[in-house]
Amino acid sequence: MKYLQLVLANLGRHKLRSILTILSVALALFLFASLRSVTTTLAATAQLGGARRLVTTNATGIVFVLPLAYGNRIKALPGVTGLSWANWFGGRYGDGKSFFANFAVDPESYLKMYPEFIIPEDQKQAFLRDRTGALIGKRLLRQFGWKVGQNVTLQGTIFPGDWTFTVDAVYTPSDPSLGDDALVFHHEYFDERIGRAGIAGWYIVEIDDPAHAPQIAKAIDDMFRNSSSPTKTGTEKEFQASFATMWGNVSFLMSTIGLAVVFAILLVTANAMMMSARERTGEIAVLKTVGFSDRLLFALTMVEAGVLALTGAAIGLGGAKVLYPAINFNGVGFLPGFKVATSTLIIGTLVAIGLMLASGLVPALRAARMPIVQALRKVE
Amino acid sequence: MALVEIRDVYKSFQREEQRIDVFSGLDLDIEAGSFTALMGPSGSGKSTLLNLIAGLDKPTRGTVRVNGAQVSEMTAGQLAAWRARNIGFVFQSFNLLPVLTAYQNVELPLLLTNLSGKDRDERVKIALDVVGLADRAGHYPRQLSGGQEQRTAIARAIVADPTVMLLDEPTGQLDAKSSQEVLTLLQRLNKEFNKTIIIVTHDAHAAERAKTTLHLEKGDLIEKPRSPSVAAVR
Repeated sequence: MKYLQLVLANLGRHKLRSILTILSVALALFLFASLRSVTTTLAATAQLGGARRLVTTNATGIVFVLPLAYGNRIKALPGVTGLSWANWFGGRYGDGKSFFANFAVDPESYLKMYPEFIIPEDQKQAFLRDRTGALIGKRLLRQFGWKVGQNVTLQGTIFPGDWTFTVDAVYTPSDPSLGDDALVFHHEYFDERIGRAGIAGWYIVEIDDPAHAPQIAKAIDDMFRNSSSPTKTGTEKEFQASFATMWGNVSFLMSTIGLAVVFAILLVTANAMMMSARERTGEIAVLKTVGFSDRLLFALTMVEAGVLALTGAAIGLGGAKVLYPAINFNGVGFLPGFKVATSTLIIGTLVAIGLMLASGLVPALRAARMPIVQALRKVE
Repeated sequence: MALVEIRDVYKSFQREEQRIDVFSGLDLDIEAGSFTALMGPSGSGKSTLLNLIAGLDKPTRGTVRVNGAQVSEMTAGQLAAWRARNIGFVFQSFNLLPVLTAYQNVELPLLLTNLSGKDRDERVKIALDVVGLADRAGHYPRQLSGGQEQRTAIARAIVADPTVMLLDEPTGQLDAKSSQEVLTLLQRLNKEFNKTIIIVTHDAHAAERAKTTLHLEKGDLIEKPRSPSVAAVR
């Protein structure tokens, strides 16, 4: 502690430079935390899904629909204990700048299959009773200032026209990764408005035992293999993962470019820290003359680098950890449950320690090894 | 036994292709409580001799012994610890740390000791009082005059009560008045506190304040003693 005044005095020598150095580290690690959190959030989303739920989609692709008539045949298969279905709607609200997911579901079977949606019982009953009702995530309530009981109108993009729904219920997800910004409404209303087309975007199949998933999935797909709409069935996790992998290349690009930026900032920072140490050659020689040992000077220089790097890390990583939940960030709906994971904080701290070593080691070794007479000659 | 014993010391430097011999078998004894001035033209080896005594540099051959410790044989770590206890060094250009106050600069050598904060505070105040700068403790070097800066450097040199004080051109950057103040202070430290002082100087007036003046010419000593403190000179 008695050397603290020396460390602090040295850091205060060029206050602006020290502040800018700390801010550079903070910015670099804020970027690092943000970019890595995109990847970890996507990975967490890919892990979503109940072990007892399968998803059946059109084998050609998710944008192709399936006949609603498939439902009863799937339900009749051994091991299937429940069935629900949904259809992507793709409506937009207002100027459409604020994207959120909206789709038609069979309300009763859907909510039964997804206990993760926490809904007040009275609101749930109101939604189930109201054919034009909507169930919305709590974020939408805040985002658009909607109220329970209010009518909201979406403009259909895939299914044109104005679609008006009554906000009957608000859900809170038990797992933040599920997201709290979706709007779901009655499939029956959807089917009626589009002229009884009898289509489902995908089926959600509840099974008796996760161990039976491969056999049941195969049975479903085999059943429709030679039909006009063959199916592709997999676990819900695989279904979620397929969405996440759509981000794959973007995620890779973001990570690569982002890390290059972070690395460049860290190099600049390390250079500033080394420059600061180089300027003090004479003072180091004086301290050695007074009796400061090589080891002590090495330690003091490393502590200085550590204070800069770790303060920057605390601001950058702490800022990311606090900021995103505070602004309820969810990547315009694409990153539900976005959060800075503990593993990101740990890796960020290790990066800061690495920076401390990279930027402190060279000047610290130089200070420790510097011949006093040679250094004094430069001063005198 | 002399406080400083230099025996058969050789010192040479390599400058590119050229070898420069500064000392070739130098012998010198300096007694405890003496006040010695080292004079001589530039390049005669005055500062090199001071550096050897302080353990800042090592002889090419020979031994340097201070207060019984063989300085020339110590490792870098041993030398640092030894310097902290035994040497008070004062530079021509003061070399105070600009980011520290006069008080903090003087406290530096005491940070290396096991003294408590209270004891350090007491010693720093005494040292500043001795050099007449008790009222400038909180000033930064840039807020002090040249003379005050050098007196702060002297306070830093005496605060740990070293065995010997070494001063390299202590009045070289001072005006006449400040030089006199610093020299008077050194005489006082020698007389009242029995400090062993060795100064390197070009200034004949400064040398006059010393009890003994040694002249170095091309690495050889020419004795002009005014006291018996220099016992043996080659």
